[in-house]
Amino acid sequence: MNILWLQSAGCGGCTMSLLCAESPNVLDLLSGAGLSFLWHPSLSVETGAEVRRLLNNIETGERSLDILCVEGAVTRGPNGTGKFHMLGGTGRSMLDWVQSLAPLAQHVVAVGTCAAFGGVSSAGENVTDASGLQYEGTHQGGVLPADFKSRSGLPVINVAGCPTHPDWVTETLMMLAAGEMRASSLDGFARPRFYADTLIHHACPKNEFYEYKASATKLSEIGCMMEHLGCVGTQAVGDCNIRGWNGAGSCTRAGYPCINCTAPEFEEPGHKFTETPKFGGIPVGLPSDMPKAWFMALASLSKAATPKRIGANATSDRIKVPPTLKAPKS
Amino acid sequence: MTKTSLLVGPFNRVEGDLEIRLEVSEGHVSAAYVNSPLFRGFERILQGKDPIDALTITPRICGICSISQSAAAARALADVAGAEPAPEGEKVAALLHAVENLADHLTHFNLFFMPDFARPDYAKRPWHDRAVARFTALQGSGLRAATEARAQLFHIVGLLGGKWPHTLAIQPGGATRAPSLRDKIRIAADLKTFRHYLEEHLFGAPVEDFAALSSAEALENWRTGDIGLFLEIAAELDLNSSGVGQARYLSYGAYPTADGHMFAPGLWEQGQLVPLALDNLQEDLSHAWMLGEAAHPTQGMTVPDETMREEAYSWCKAPRLGGEVYETGALARQVIDGHPLARALADENGVHARVVGRMLEIALTQIAVEALVQGIQPEAAFMRDVTLPKEGEGIGLVEAARGSLGHWLRIEGGKISSYQIIAPTTWNFSPRDSRGVPGPVEAALVGAPVAEGEETPLSVQHIVRSFDPCMVCTVH
Repeated sequence: MNILWLQSAGCGGCTMSLLCAESPNVLDLLSGAGLSFLWHPSLSVETGAEVRRLLNNIETGERSLDILCVEGAVTRGPNGTGKFHMLGGTGRSMLDWVQSLAPLAQHVVAVGTCAAFGGVSSAGENVTDASGLQYEGTHQGGVLPADFKSRSGLPVINVAGCPTHPDWVTETLMMLAAGEMRASSLDGFARPRFYADTLIHHACPKNEFYEYKASATKLSEIGCMMEHLGCVGTQAVGDCNIRGWNGAGSCTRAGYPCINCTAPEFEEPGHKFTETPKFGGIPVGLPSDMPKAWFMALASLSKAATPKRIGANATSDRIKVPPTLKAPKS
Repeated sequence: MTKTSLLVGPFNRVEGDLEIRLEVSEGHVSAAYVNSPLFRGFERILQGKDPIDALTITPRICGICSISQSAAAARALADVAGAEPAPEGEKVAALLHAVENLADHLTHFNLFFMPDFARPDYAKRPWHDRAVARFTALQGSGLRAATEARAQLFHIVGLLGGKWPHTLAIQPGGATRAPSLRDKIRIAADLKTFRHYLEEHLFGAPVEDFAALSSAEALENWRTGDIGLFLEIAAELDLNSSGVGQARYLSYGAYPTADGHMFAPGLWEQGQLVPLALDNLQEDLSHAWMLGEAAHPTQGMTVPDETMREEAYSWCKAPRLGGEVYETGALARQVIDGHPLARALADENGVHARVVGRMLEIALTQIAVEALVQGIQPEAAFMRDVTLPKEGEGIGLVEAARGSLGHWLRIEGGKISSYQIIAPTTWNFSPRDSRGVPGPVEAALVGAPVAEGEETPLSVQHIVRSFDPCMVCTVH
């Protein structure tokens, strides 16, 4: 299958992250799965006129297009012209190109939260009127209609994340190449379920602290970051702590909160990213699927039951108190 | 004299979007106009936010200079608070930042710059077979080895920064994760792995040997590794005299720690080192689709001209220091820091010199970072408490892979009231100013040969890519 990759109004970080794929490297991985790039802005040799001819051939139907990957939000401003982002050398806006090419592709993949939902490019007053491909925030319908289907019959596949994990992208592409991606493979925001059916909380190394609501009070302390530091790992979809990033990393492993970057509208949480909003001293926003009364009851019970080791470590920048060793049998 | 015009774009294997209009006469470029065709408005996005949110938002300006943006924001916030980060946390920040810069230099050389020499246009050249084997886009053995080395090097950011890009680990008070002794040993091992790659592939010799080169003559005799192949190509294509700039360099100084900068700040003009002062810094808007007057970034505004007026041709503002144009990047940094090889290439200032500047910096950074990691004290504190005031101004100056990056921040009523950013490629790829003076790459392109029938001249591609532009940072 061939891939045309376009970079729209984003930071290019999803491509940069993609290059971090390992075992094997991204080039061998994709070619091994029968995937090749018609063009990729960072990787292909073709530039300028060569690319314009390729795009023209796709539009005229001389070249078939299997997978269109779009990275970055699409700017619709100023005044609906899309001219805040013109595709160099073509005299046409990226908005125009995306709307023209998407219906020609077998599959359309939004790479990253910007392309999926608008993301950081649409934050604040959204001066460029940036949008995701098929979603504007949580609302269906972006620069492509709410009922858009690519030639395969699937909606835009939203590989959301800021950035995307390299494996989320490569595994999505490999599933498409294998003909294994179906409507049922996608969640309610059209994100691949293979990584969106789990939570960041799963396999988070702070789970023991979470169990007792033994909380870090400031960044650098190793306790759970849900109560004070804005962590929404118990609500955010993704397998970051199961899979690991760049070896075995993740946001929470590095000591800063999950900010729900796989979700629409994560860019405007309505409070500081690193501070938990509270109502009457109680954090707003509960773990997914948790009834409030039960959460409150369990939280107060477990807080009261916090072992000394866990309480002391939670507000330290490293493990101060190790686990108690079993005394030898006399 | 026949004058023709060429529109080059989409100009790829640069980070982000680029379009260049060339005027060609008598087989050479007579004028170049650089357009940064994407505006996202980050300076506007930041307005009204809580200042600490800059640490989450600014890295997302750029997926390749993400940590640079993060480090600049952390510095600017610390500056507002009149605080210094914990010394050991500062070392972790420097390490994370250096890893990104090393990776960026590697990505540029292997994935962005070298594949052009594998083009069939060069089929008759004596080195072409080797260029094809090593650097064919998406396939060459050299760029695959580099991709793997880069991914492994980023394990250091995975461990201390959680992920790359877009870490939140660098804070005004230091770093969020205190590395353990185990982390320190593991990082040293990752650096050793990267050294093996450098010595087997890129330099084909000990890193120290390349770092010890002290003259253009000594460099000419270097034959090993991928850099040896580049030097052979550069000599045959005369890339020394291609894309020549004005040898006026800018560096804010890289990796500040309690012991000073790893690479010193300064300006270089007319063969002389001059102390860095930014009072006379202005962003000129005469040829940018921006409204307002030329201003220092403490007074600057970002109001896009939605009419995209005729006289302007880019979303990029034109930064000028004392009214002058400056080039920034690895070559500039090493010239200013005083490395003898960089000083020897300072006046050359062409395609060859810029690429060598990057290779030299890889060698120097590898050596410096190994020492930095040895000096990390795992038992120390890596973070200090920093309280941000409700009112104040701050500046964050760092060196990204591509050069000098500055953040100018003002806080009023506890919110960001102004956030202005000048990125390295804002300098290098700036449009003309009100006096009609072109930006560095616009000037460097004048004289580039254009062969009969060339739509996207190869000489232009080499020159543009020799700057390693990051277009997403440029306008932001």
